[in-house]
Amino acid sequence: MAAAFTARGLVKRYGPVTALAGVDLDVEEGELVGLLGPNGAGKSTLVKIGCGLVRASAGEARVRGARAGSAEARAAMGYLAELFRFPGWYAADELLHLHQRLAGSAGGEAERAELLDLVGLADARGRRIEQMSKGMQQRLGIAQALVGSPPFLFLDEPTSALDPAGRRTVRRLLEELRRRGVAVLLNSHLLSEIELVCDRVAILAGGQLVAEGRPSELARPRGVEVDVNGGTRLFAGARRDDAPRIVAELVAGGEQVFGVRVLETTLEEIYLEAVGEESGP
Amino acid sequence: MRGVPIVIGYAIRESVRRRVFIVVLVLTAAFLGLYGLGADKAFEEAQGVAPPTEAVLAGLDSTELTGATLFGLSMFGTLFLGTVLAAFLTLGVVRGDAERGLLQPLVVRPIGRPTLLFARFLAAALVCGLYVLTVFGGALLITWATGDWVPDRIVAPAIQLAAGVAVIAAISLLGSVFLTTTANGIAVFMIFGAGLVAGLLGQIGEVLESDTLTRVAEISSWVLPFEALYQDGLNAITADSTGLTEFALQLGPFGGAQAAGGFLWPWTLTYLLLVCGAATAAFARKDL
Repeated sequence: MAAAFTARGLVKRYGPVTALAGVDLDVEEGELVGLLGPNGAGKSTLVKIGCGLVRASAGEARVRGARAGSAEARAAMGYLAELFRFPGWYAADELLHLHQRLAGSAGGEAERAELLDLVGLADARGRRIEQMSKGMQQRLGIAQALVGSPPFLFLDEPTSALDPAGRRTVRRLLEELRRRGVAVLLNSHLLSEIELVCDRVAILAGGQLVAEGRPSELARPRGVEVDVNGGTRLFAGARRDDAPRIVAELVAGGEQVFGVRVLETTLEEIYLEAVGEESGP
Repeated sequence: MRGVPIVIGYAIRESVRRRVFIVVLVLTAAFLGLYGLGADKAFEEAQGVAPPTEAVLAGLDSTELTGATLFGLSMFGTLFLGTVLAAFLTLGVVRGDAERGLLQPLVVRPIGRPTLLFARFLAAALVCGLYVLTVFGGALLITWATGDWVPDRIVAPAIQLAAGVAVIAAISLLGSVFLTTTANGIAVFMIFGAGLVAGLLGQIGEVLESDTLTRVAEISSWVLPFEALYQDGLNAITADSTGLTEFALQLGPFGGAQAAGGFLWPWTLTYLLLVCGAATAAFARKDL
């Protein structure tokens, strides 16, 4: 079966500016991939090419085997734009109904009710969008992207307008999507969010993929930290496998061990190393 | 094409929700009110003035002259108001809506960009067409009630005005692919003004018997067929006029009435197809 999303040699130029300089990326079925990178790295351009909103200058993108932007590709995906707006006069339920019709979804009222419940807007189904907070609109945007149960989602900064509670709702939603086998390409500036929910991380900088892999694969050991009688001792460079030996030696040497921590580079450190310290996420 | 009725419904709903629609309705009510007042006074005055005997002998019908002149004014007003509506409903359909983030959630749905644009055009043409027919009908009733005068042709000029406004909607839609909302609005009204000036030039050309001016006006009215449709419609309301009345009406203040001939409708349809086709092709290549 074709991957949920593939990009091969994707290049995008806006006049003299190269937004993407040959990106290869795969998102497998049911996989949650986090897309990271500083502003201007090409993340949104990559997502927009995948959705068919922007045409690639070279290379190709496919959604479940169909050329990105084709009717087949669009039928197989949902999309939440980074900057979006819905007509203010629509009620939440009406908006979802419109998108059900556009997507050819036969889910009816049951699907709309389920989606609104999933994003925590069950009580706001009759509320007009112009009367909703930005966070509520963002959650409605996520519900809109899920109309028709697409097997693949592009989520471009889905939590940018959300408070901590809203972010938690989205995290739970992403976990639910994983449970349902929906593949997601999640573009976010929030490293902690990506670290918590994503199976794999792709880091873009200057239009190129500079790091890719599971957070555990990308992480490097920083040492083992042991709490003993006299305080905390750091065994720099030691790995997880070294921990039993270190503890045994300490005990043999008469130390009392109260705690052991294996230290690895955090996603933030991985990110900063990949894109350069001066670039903010 | 499954998406066409869905997008038409969406666009019509958007149209009637816009404040500009309320503004146009208020302006329309004011226009028809003023028109009624003016028509009543004009017919009253016309009945009180006895034309010179020579003029009567030459075939001057003062009621027809008054009615046709007033109704010509109402047709111009209707075209202008229809243009305002058409422009405001379409000037931000692509670039404007994309910049506001309204377009992207719709475009990524599997209906396709051509369908989306075509449906937006149909919706605007439908709303504006109904509006023009309603205002045309209102002015017709007022003219009949105040002066007991009706145009020689009713259906054809009404449809021509509606078609003229549809042409403007198509031009505005094409402009919306390239221009920001404000720039497109300015461009559409400048195009409308250019058509109007072309009509006036033609009128001046006829009076001065200047072939160059008349030719320029003719070419302009075909390049901007809403003007040719308007002129032909204007001509149709006095199609049966003869003598001095006919001559006097040709000097009317709102552009010369000109019969466009049988090529007008095929050209209008071709023009609409070309403009909509160009808009669709440009939209298909546009990065959003």
